[in-house]
Amino acid sequence: MSAVPITNQAASSSQPKPLLIAIAGNPNAGKTSLFNALTGLRQRVANYAGVTVESKVGAWKLSDDLPPAQLIDLPGLYSLEATSLDEQIARDVLLGRGHRMPSPDAIVVVVDSTNLVRNLYLATQLIEREWPVVIALTMFDLAERQRLVIDVGKLAAALAVPIVPVVAKHQRGTRVLAEAVLSSVVKSATAPDKLPEGNTTSQRSLIDRYRWIEEVVAESSSRGDEQSKATTSDKIDRILTHRVFGPVVLLLVLVLVFQAIFSWAALPMYIIETVFNALSETIRSNFPPGLLADLLAGGVIPGVGGVLVFLPQIFLLFLFISILEDSGYMARAVFLTDRLLRILGLQGRALMPLLSSFACAVPGIMATRTIEDPKDRLTTILIAPFMSCSARLPVYTLMIATLFADRTVLGHVSLGVVILISLYLLGIVTAVIVAWILKHTVLKASGSPFVIELPAYRLPSFGNVSHTILTRCGLFVRKAGTVILAISIVLWALAAFPRSPAGQSTSKSQAAQIRNSYAGRAGRVIEPVIAPLGFDWKIGIGLISSFAARETIISTLSIVYGVGADSAGESTTLSKTLRNARRQDGTLAWTPLVGISLMVFFVLACQCMSTLAVVRRETNSWRWPLFMVFYMLVLAYLGSLVTYQGGRLLGFS
Amino acid sequence: MTLDKIPSGRPARVVALEGSTRVTLRLMEMGIVPGAPIRLIKSAPLGDPIQVCVRGYHLALRVADAQEIKVTLQGE
Repeated sequence: MSAVPITNQAASSSQPKPLLIAIAGNPNAGKTSLFNALTGLRQRVANYAGVTVESKVGAWKLSDDLPPAQLIDLPGLYSLEATSLDEQIARDVLLGRGHRMPSPDAIVVVVDSTNLVRNLYLATQLIEREWPVVIALTMFDLAERQRLVIDVGKLAAALAVPIVPVVAKHQRGTRVLAEAVLSSVVKSATAPDKLPEGNTTSQRSLIDRYRWIEEVVAESSSRGDEQSKATTSDKIDRILTHRVFGPVVLLLVLVLVFQAIFSWAALPMYIIETVFNALSETIRSNFPPGLLADLLAGGVIPGVGGVLVFLPQIFLLFLFISILEDSGYMARAVFLTDRLLRILGLQGRALMPLLSSFACAVPGIMATRTIEDPKDRLTTILIAPFMSCSARLPVYTLMIATLFADRTVLGHVSLGVVILISLYLLGIVTAVIVAWILKHTVLKASGSPFVIELPAYRLPSFGNVSHTILTRCGLFVRKAGTVILAISIVLWALAAFPRSPAGQSTSKSQAAQIRNSYAGRAGRVIEPVIAPLGFDWKIGIGLISSFAARETIISTLSIVYGVGADSAGESTTLSKTLRNARRQDGTLAWTPLVGISLMVFFVLACQCMSTLAVVRRETNSWRWPLFMVFYMLVLAYLGSLVTYQGGRLLGFS
Repeated sequence: MTLDKIPSGRPARVVALEGSTRVTLRLMEMGIVPGAPIRLIKSAPLGDPIQVCVRGYHLALRVADAQEIKVTLQGE
């Protein structure tokens, strides 16, 4: 935990250490908005040791003469009887049982004033622990509009804790909240004894607690006209969760999101790629040829570019996700699709990650964060790479252009289109089967309840949306980016060592370099293994390099076949070369069957270190990414084997 | 009568929750306790899950869980 600077004026009057304050509350109660309002941009994401749950920690300036307190934004929870991992962690921190996390000096409980009774359930549980608790009453503006009148003083007296109404958006009440927190900490300088652990709530006491809260709320608030007329939110729901219109709107939203990450991101990605390519070229032409220039131009710069090229997609996906979450629509999307995805053993929240994986698995896997159940989340992560991503497309098109150009089936349908659609379907069908198997074996349903709140619709706040995007992009660059960069350099080294003599950079010497490199040697070593799939050692080199990123196989093949990777008409010359390439025994190296076998391999294999880096980051261990790359490699090998050998048995070549 | 069977839109009250699974506990923590006002809004396009309004807020739950919630219609 990074230290927050301590000012010396405070040393005499208060604790020498910065205060630790936790924000707790029900999901959708406005916790995150309040957290953002209190801390501004002085926040960072922290991961709890060994688990995937993360929480944000920020600095909150309580008063001018005190060091800023550390404020923790905990995952939302409904009670102290935790069911999900998120909730367990929130509870452990609140009760001072957190591993490597000291118990907080005070707790700010966020209570949604439009939903007092349910929100106070958690609040009263915390108040009973005799910890310093201050209630922040959110959505006060919304309550006023609903003609809900709350007597704050009366409520505070009944609950025996300070209550501060806040409107996070306008910073209303934040100063008073800070004062209330400070005085509550001072009052209870001695921490109360911890209550015995594991006192589970019986249904009886749960009902009694609700009854008591109902009485308190009835005495201190009055509703103008309860439930007599439909709210705006109800009216919106009439369309958005309508039997017919609901799915139609959802489909439109999904098409929009998909379109955005597939095509809107294309231009910025192209610009990033072009800039980094130009940078590499500049270095190659201006530096004396040698190891340093080669490392920079061939390893470091493409590596950094390979990290940054994902940012447009991640930015756009999280722009949409945070708008959909913040507006309340995401819960409706889950409501609409839950039944459908349950057939796969998944749930509604898997929709967005899987869909975005068709553009790129990296943002898709990052989006699984919204799936609360850890096993559902892991299943979704493990099948996401089967969705044919945009990096496979160049490989598919090269194969189709080389081997199936101008062929039609059933009269007018281009064979290439049929193949392309089949490849996408192959990925989807495999994902369904793998999900089913995983859910019935290693990731057996943990039976966590599917109960989700459908919060009232509201306009997404610019602050929350931009916070989410900044956090996600920053995390990707810092956590996944370093891994991607490291692997890029390793893979570069495999192709660059040992050095071939003489360094004119003709395409011939480049071809010789890669053939004699470790990667080239490895290509020949694995030839007996990949021969049953129809691949020779040249394809082997391409396969090895493609584990950095799928599309790399194209530039590698260009180098291996001596086409030269930078000519403008790259793919056409490469296609021509491939079509005429022969093996040592004189047979054609690239037959239609070899092409199909290679494409099947590309559908099923996880040839993307960025995906692995992101899975590593999201699951917090190397176990799952290694499992993923291994089982997908086995599937890819078997898939290609069956395709090639089966094809030959049927008389294809 | 159970929660999944009542006509949508009609105000009802929770009578009892059967079963003692984690789902039951979760539903109770979220305010579905005996005496709570509840209303079925609609079911999802494929019939499951259902959307209910309890204590003035909206909630989605699966039909299998709603069958454990006994309710009685209000008025009339």
